[in-house]
Amino acid sequence: MSEDASRPFEPRIVAFFCNWCTYTAADLAGISRMQYAPNVRVIRLMCSGRVDPQFVLSALREGADGVLIGGCHPGDCHYQEGNYNALRRFELLRLMLRGSGIEDERVRLEWISASEGDRVQKVCNEMTEQVRALGPLRLTTPRRVEAAPTAPAAPDERAPELVGQVTP
Amino acid sequence: MRYAYYPGCSVSGTGRAYEESLLAVLEALGAGLDELDDWNCCGATAFPSVDEDKAIALSARNLALAEGRAQGSEPVDLVTPCAGCFRALLTAHGSLEERGPVARQIDGALEAVGLRYDRRVRVRHAVDLLVNEIGIEAISEAVTRPLEGLKVACYYGCMLVRPNATFDDQYHPTSMDRLMQAIGAEPIDWSLKTRCCGGACYGADPFSGTMPQATLWLGHALLSEAKRRGADAVVTACPLCQFNLEAFQERMVREFGHPIEMTVGYITQLLGLALGLDERTLGIHRMLRWHLPEREPAAVGAPAAAEGGGHART
Amino acid sequence: MLEPEMDPTSQPVSTNGGPKVGVYVCHCGLNIAGKVDVQAVVGFASTLPNVTVARDYKFMCSDPGQDLIEQDLRAGLVNRVVVASCSPLMHEATFRRATAKGGTSPYHFQMASIREHVSWVTADGDDATQKANALVAAAVRRVALHEFLEPRQASVRPDVMVVGAGIAGIHAALTLADAGKHVYLVERETTIGGHMAKFDKTFPTLDCSACILTPKMSQVRSHPNITLWTYSDVVAVEGFTGDFKVRVRHRPRYVREDLCTGCLECIEQCIHKQGKFEDEWNEGLGKRKPIYIPFPQATPAVVVVDPETCIWFKTGKCPRTCIEACERDAFDFEQTETFDEVNVGAIILATGFKTFDAARIPAYGYGYYPNVYTSLEVERLLNAAGPTGGDAILRDGTKPKTVGIIHCVGSRDERNNAYCSKVCCMYSLKLAHLVKERTGADVYNFYIDMRTPGKGYEEFYDRIMKEGVHMVRGRVAEVTDQARSPQEEGRLVIRAEDTLMGSVRRIPVDMVVLAVGMEPQPDAQDVRRLFNISCGGEGFFTERHPKLAPVSTFTDGVFLAGACQGPKDIPDTVAQAGAAAAEALAMVDRGYVMLEANTAWIDEATCSGCKTCVGLCPFSAIAFDEERKKASVNEVVCKGCGICVGACPSGAAQQHLFTDAQIFAEIEGVLEHV
Repeated sequence: MSEDASRPFEPRIVAFFCNWCTYTAADLAGISRMQYAPNVRVIRLMCSGRVDPQFVLSALREGADGVLIGGCHPGDCHYQEGNYNALRRFELLRLMLRGSGIEDERVRLEWISASEGDRVQKVCNEMTEQVRALGPLRLTTPRRVEAAPTAPAAPDERAPELVGQVTP
Repeated sequence: MRYAYYPGCSVSGTGRAYEESLLAVLEALGAGLDELDDWNCCGATAFPSVDEDKAIALSARNLALAEGRAQGSEPVDLVTPCAGCFRALLTAHGSLEERGPVARQIDGALEAVGLRYDRRVRVRHAVDLLVNEIGIEAISEAVTRPLEGLKVACYYGCMLVRPNATFDDQYHPTSMDRLMQAIGAEPIDWSLKTRCCGGACYGADPFSGTMPQATLWLGHALLSEAKRRGADAVVTACPLCQFNLEAFQERMVREFGHPIEMTVGYITQLLGLALGLDERTLGIHRMLRWHLPEREPAAVGAPAAAEGGGHART
Repeated sequence: MLEPEMDPTSQPVSTNGGPKVGVYVCHCGLNIAGKVDVQAVVGFASTLPNVTVARDYKFMCSDPGQDLIEQDLRAGLVNRVVVASCSPLMHEATFRRATAKGGTSPYHFQMASIREHVSWVTADGDDATQKANALVAAAVRRVALHEFLEPRQASVRPDVMVVGAGIAGIHAALTLADAGKHVYLVERETTIGGHMAKFDKTFPTLDCSACILTPKMSQVRSHPNITLWTYSDVVAVEGFTGDFKVRVRHRPRYVREDLCTGCLECIEQCIHKQGKFEDEWNEGLGKRKPIYIPFPQATPAVVVVDPETCIWFKTGKCPRTCIEACERDAFDFEQTETFDEVNVGAIILATGFKTFDAARIPAYGYGYYPNVYTSLEVERLLNAAGPTGGDAILRDGTKPKTVGIIHCVGSRDERNNAYCSKVCCMYSLKLAHLVKERTGADVYNFYIDMRTPGKGYEEFYDRIMKEGVHMVRGRVAEVTDQARSPQEEGRLVIRAEDTLMGSVRRIPVDMVVLAVGMEPQPDAQDVRRLFNISCGGEGFFTERHPKLAPVSTFTDGVFLAGACQGPKDIPDTVAQAGAAAAEALAMVDRGYVMLEANTAWIDEATCSGCKTCVGLCPFSAIAFDEERKKASVNEVVCKGCGICVGACPSGAAQQHLFTDAQIFAEIEGVLEHV
């Protein structure tokens, strides 16, 4: 799904789903045969609190056009508080991403409970559409997928800024 | 000690006796009320039923005017005799304290007319003022003609202690009862102290519909219970309650039988009598009916004036 | 749930030269193969780095399917396994077992869900195949980094503690004790029996409550496997699943339990000729002396001295006739609080409930009108061991001629408790029957809905109706002493809308009984923190799953029984207590618990001592060594959420099976191939 003249741009979205709620919801969507865009690739974690901001940054650098994080609704976390940690880190990460010129719609945090298979479908479809409309993520440093460096990006998109640790 | 005063519309109309007696009693006790300049109607029960937010705005203006009287930044007591006005002002103050979107709108509206409200007003009902500022002791000491032997049913009405007031218990209030005890009278124990009298319902067409019927029923229930418990009179702290219970007794009897003929007065009128004030000053000549039973004279040296004089007008 | 054990008979597979990944793509009949081009995925997989075997098969989860994996492992063709099939939530355990049987760590395995996440949700076949490829690539990259983890166990202590000795605690304790386990049964009151000991008769059989309870109480007393601690409570809990260290406080009775025979002479001889103090056991309806026993069959049958009301404790001046009266010389006024610390493998909480405080509904007049009672107070009146010897009489000693019973007091009420307390309809019908029987009164029950779902319950309702109890369907508005007619003079009047008749009724009664609902104990929040479990919105303890795990909690090793988990009647309570005992027994009997494999650990060398992780752990599994300034994870307590790992600024904290390296590999894999 790289961008070339012969094929229209298909966004690649990496998703981190928590085992107890969102991953189970995705399974439910499958059991219910709910069809949704194939652009979202799920990585299973035990808790959304495990999501290190580096995962998000790594995904964007490795070629993802968007990242979706899915966790339990506040108050329902299987480990009591993990999703609150995810939320806090996400808010800080978002500020940083904005500073790098990365649009809000590209990195998204959703609370999806185990019974909300339809929300998985809805969110995946919606996000795919939004990211498609935004186009491929362009960072100044060439990303692994692109064979040749692309045209210089807008001045505020500076991939080298994506360094250092983000404290939660 | 003088307090800011919000009279409300009723006391200049059917409730004149209430204001007259209140002002006289306070003067006798060394306090005074200063009426707010250019106050507006509080909206009572009618306006909140139509538009709650605008009703709050109405009261907010009065609160702002009251606050404007204060020097510096200390809280201001705003005294009102009518339970309906009391409820309206207190509820408005509460909503504004929450500082939600409605409050912000209202603050903007006040600003537009050059007013400002910093939430410093303490809304006080006259009964609260008498019991908690002037104090039971001071009142007892000022009594010259204790109303001994007089059994009184204290009727608080639905809006005096509910929903937001904190000066008395919301289910079994005692402020008025304590005032009656202070003047030597005997408050009866009854469970209808805060039961609705239907006053606000009567406004519908009196010749059709069930609303007036409900009012008559409720009023009748209250008065017969008071009578059953041996009360010689009912005292109220609200012009609408007083009017509603006093004015329709014949109609009640026509509907439901059981003659009643209960004297319904303002608490300040009985207070005034005990403080030695005369009936005219206390507006008793304005009442539709007034009959207090003969009692033993209690005060030394005071003439055994027959306080009962029939004023029954139908 | 048991994790697979390694097959001890197989040959360990050689791992020199790095990982050899086997990829097995399942058709799942047509579920996957009908959409995804399975052959293409196999072909793609064989091009991936480290992949030495790539196969497909119709049903990988079947025996032959699993055999494929085992054989390839044993033959040394592969030492890492990827199965692309259904959801790991479905068959991860199955394939981990197969991997273990093949002779390597069960954790040398990763699954790619190409059914629930691909074939079942993707419209276009090409898109589906592409996505399947991506997920397989991710799994292959990841599994190469999986560590050789062995499933670990921790041993479980053999004893069990049951907290609370009402019918739930009693039944759980007896079940465990009969199975040969040693049980510590801790009860806060001076006697066991809980609320059930206060009732007169139980529905729907109208069994005498004491008659069915006291045999169990004395069984508890004499059971060799039960250590009964009454007038005691838990003050501290440490440790973890399988090894809890519990500190129990024993309050002083000022009487030696081992010497007192329960003859009650001391109470008779007390300097107070009559009871003067509020009798809590009798719901304040009677009076007791400072030295007392709650009821004659109290267990243990030992008296207790209340230091708040005893003259000796208040003034030091009392002839203490009680001491003289005691033939066994059992008094010890020097007693103080003592403590015990025990180690147990499992804990069952059976701390019960409290009744709703009816004074919170002033309209019903409780506490204002003398003849308004709560149901529990009436139980004490009706109980032969109660303050009136079983007579249902009013405060002035007369019998009521008409009684009103008001249902749903404090329940199904937005202003108080929104839930239904489940037992009140039945006990209100029961009280109607008993009151009618004892007094001959006319009885009215005011209800919203009649909830009688158990065995024999609806029939009981029928019977009560046939006995002539009046049923008025309508929530009572108020109880008042206002009289509108001569019949109402001097009586209480219940005002309610009779919704079936469509009119408001005023029913004069002599006695009002309020069917108060069940609420959590007032200290439920403190108790739940002690045991590290949670409470729901209403304050009852939270079970692990409302349908499938009603007696366990999210804290392994702590179980729930009875009303502390939610309102319920005696049959359900006993059933739940048995279930909790069974689950505790299973744990203790097995003797070990499997630990989570995906626990966190902290690399000491990299840990900078910033303490970011310590406060984040919801299970307090991270300890900090102040001297060495290093954090460390208790792998037995760790639940494997990974919150600390995601937070660690230096990457010192890592999670087994979810290390940063493994996730990065997965990310690369998911993106690198179209």
